[in-house]
Amino acid sequence: MSHHTHEQLAEEAKKLIVEYLDKIDDMKAKERTKIPPQEMPAQDPEIRSHNLDEVALGYTMEQARIEAMRCLQCVKKSCVDDCPVKIDIPRFINHIAHEEYDQAVGVIKEASLLPAICGRVCPQETQCQANCTVGKALKDVDKSVAIGRLERFVADWERATGKIAIPEIKPETGKKVAVVGSGPAGLVVAADCRREGHHVTIFEAFHKLGGVLRYGIPEFRLPNDIIDKEIDVLKAMNVEIKTNFVVGRTRKLTDLMDKDGYNAIFVGTGAGLPMFMGIEGENLVGVFSANEYLTRANLMRAFDKGHADTPIYQSKNVAVLGGGNVAMDSARMAKRLGAENVYVVYRRTEVEMPARKEEVAHAKEEGIEFYFLQNAKRILGNEKGRVNGMECLRYELGEPDSSGRRRPVVIPNSEFILNVDTVIVAIGNGSNPLISQTTPQLNVNKWGNIIVDETQKTSVNRIFAGGDIVLGAATVILAMGEGRRAAAAINKMLAEEIEKEKAAMN
Amino acid sequence: MSKILFKKQLSKDVYMMRLHAPLIAEERSAGQFIILQLDDDYGERIPLTIADADAKEGSITIIFQVVGKSTLQLSEKNVGDIIPTLVGPLGKPTHIENFGTVVCVGGGIGVAPLHPIAQALKKAGNHVITIIGARTKDLIILEDEMKNIADEFILCTDDGSYGRKDLVTVPLKEICERSPKPNMVIAIGPPIMMKFCSETTRPYEVFTQVSLNTIMVDGTGMCGGCRVNVGKEIKFVCVDGPEFDGHKVDFDNMMARLNSYKDLEREAHSCFLEQEIKDKEALR
Repeated sequence: MSHHTHEQLAEEAKKLIVEYLDKIDDMKAKERTKIPPQEMPAQDPEIRSHNLDEVALGYTMEQARIEAMRCLQCVKKSCVDDCPVKIDIPRFINHIAHEEYDQAVGVIKEASLLPAICGRVCPQETQCQANCTVGKALKDVDKSVAIGRLERFVADWERATGKIAIPEIKPETGKKVAVVGSGPAGLVVAADCRREGHHVTIFEAFHKLGGVLRYGIPEFRLPNDIIDKEIDVLKAMNVEIKTNFVVGRTRKLTDLMDKDGYNAIFVGTGAGLPMFMGIEGENLVGVFSANEYLTRANLMRAFDKGHADTPIYQSKNVAVLGGGNVAMDSARMAKRLGAENVYVVYRRTEVEMPARKEEVAHAKEEGIEFYFLQNAKRILGNEKGRVNGMECLRYELGEPDSSGRRRPVVIPNSEFILNVDTVIVAIGNGSNPLISQTTPQLNVNKWGNIIVDETQKTSVNRIFAGGDIVLGAATVILAMGEGRRAAAAINKMLAEEIEKEKAAMN
Repeated sequence: MSKILFKKQLSKDVYMMRLHAPLIAEERSAGQFIILQLDDDYGERIPLTIADADAKEGSITIIFQVVGKSTLQLSEKNVGDIIPTLVGPLGKPTHIENFGTVVCVGGGIGVAPLHPIAQALKKAGNHVITIIGARTKDLIILEDEMKNIADEFILCTDDGSYGRKDLVTVPLKEICERSPKPNMVIAIGPPIMMKFCSETTRPYEVFTQVSLNTIMVDGTGMCGGCRVNVGKEIKFVCVDGPEFDGHKVDFDNMMARLNSYKDLEREAHSCFLEQEIKDKEALR
């Protein structure tokens, strides 16, 4: 596919929109499905694989309006069913079609606080866009209405106006809520609890806020500036922020209640220890967890070699193990850090890859090579203990397993050596052990994930949890959904207490 | 954010600092460490053991050796200066009980983390034998502090410029040969010293605990950069350690991993030194 420049796409949209403006409200479904889907403008692959700037550039106004006109405004709203936070999707899209962007923002914010982030990183093709009627009519999920891109468009439009609305805050209640971790779940809880008038403190172990949004997702997918803006809103709401504070170590979880007077706690400490393959050579110099590699590059700014004190490995040939978004991020980051060849090695085929389609497509455009139906057998090192190769095995798809997916089966004697100096392991995370180590009364499952009920409440009174520490590795939007639910339960609990206290006073 | 309350140069490249950190001072136990950063945007995260703490003053003491650009910059900070990022206490505290006779072996800068552990062991009723060693006399630190705790005190230097002319493993072997043999050894120092202390005690089957100082980024169980082979398992120094059974640690792999960025660091250090010299010349 040849690359269309931003200018070309903008120009086409400008011409095209004239056709539809007069009949915005009068088009038949058939006519709407004939409107061409709008391609997301992106940086040229050759250029972007050497910089950290955002790859996807965002729709122009004309593109957004054309894309919005493709929406059939179905009564059934199957898109909303598949949205973890239940945004009223057709309604906000209709506002875009009619150039009412501020109203569109309003509709999204009824349900989601972080549209600029979700619009960029949600796996829309398996959520809202999966059941879009337009996509179904055209028998291609890639031709569904681009809900995520439209969400991003309005969020960016709002930011560009410089007037991000600060949510209304109810009168102070005197109750205190501690939020542990400032990732997507924590940010949502902080905002939702603060809106009810509770004092909210966010405790973050790192020196910067955002959790995985900052240390994990690279800037070429989610610029730091976007995270900063969302956090500015929390600051404007007078949410108290304590960085460099490791709950469990700097203060015990229960001490936050017993000594510091917090009335409720939300634990959103996120993913924990990276998983490794358990193969020979995995501790050689040059083998990294994706967490470490990305944290060095993103949070510690190692990409900026002239300024950053944190070093990052100088690689020529890199193998990335895994097929999720984190694998794509690692591979694309390695390329940007100067690697000549980057291989994604995945045991199954492209269809089974959990990564977002768009990320896979972007990775391919940037020259990342994909080795499907292959897997690492052992990592080889030289006399200095540094990686100098990886022995791989080939697989074929066998009989379907219990999940119905065809199981990859190793082909005997299919070993071959991949010439690499760096291996990045991106096969997922366990749970973070810090809170459970230091809070024995908190029930966790055998993987160390905190067990919660349907309101996100843990086994300890007044302590709630959500996000990856509960779900294992999940998505930003699922974490936000859990945060939303936890905040509702916390707000309800505190409201009842306030009522009781009032009754006792009278 | 943390203010430097006190600074003292202990030897040519070794400095002691007291930092304002009331919460850490209150919560920390022997064996734990902190991470600090000199610049919130571009600084690297430096893990350092807590050598001492004063909960009343709300301060912790760190002792560090200048080994690269960041530690050099830290050594140039003065009383009243602010350290933008300070987080802790991290790692598991040392398990302290009355084991009987414990040999505490400290090499070079390793005496700093050893000191609070020896202190706690003494307080718990142990007979504490202390061996401290360094390459040369100028590199010996905390001699008086360690002497005050110890029931028996042995000092050695590699070059014989002070105390016994021996590596610390020599008196350690002598003590292991005593009857009864010691109940436990704690060895903290450069990796190579901990490796040989562990090798020394192995034939005597004396449990030997070492405290590892691996490369680390977050220090809270997320990045996995600090992993070491302990027996057949992969362990993470920041959340499973920093203390491990020295007889099970794969020191050779750990040392190779510690050198992951040596070339890059050397380059950064010399660039920084060159720039400093230029700056100083410009001031003249």
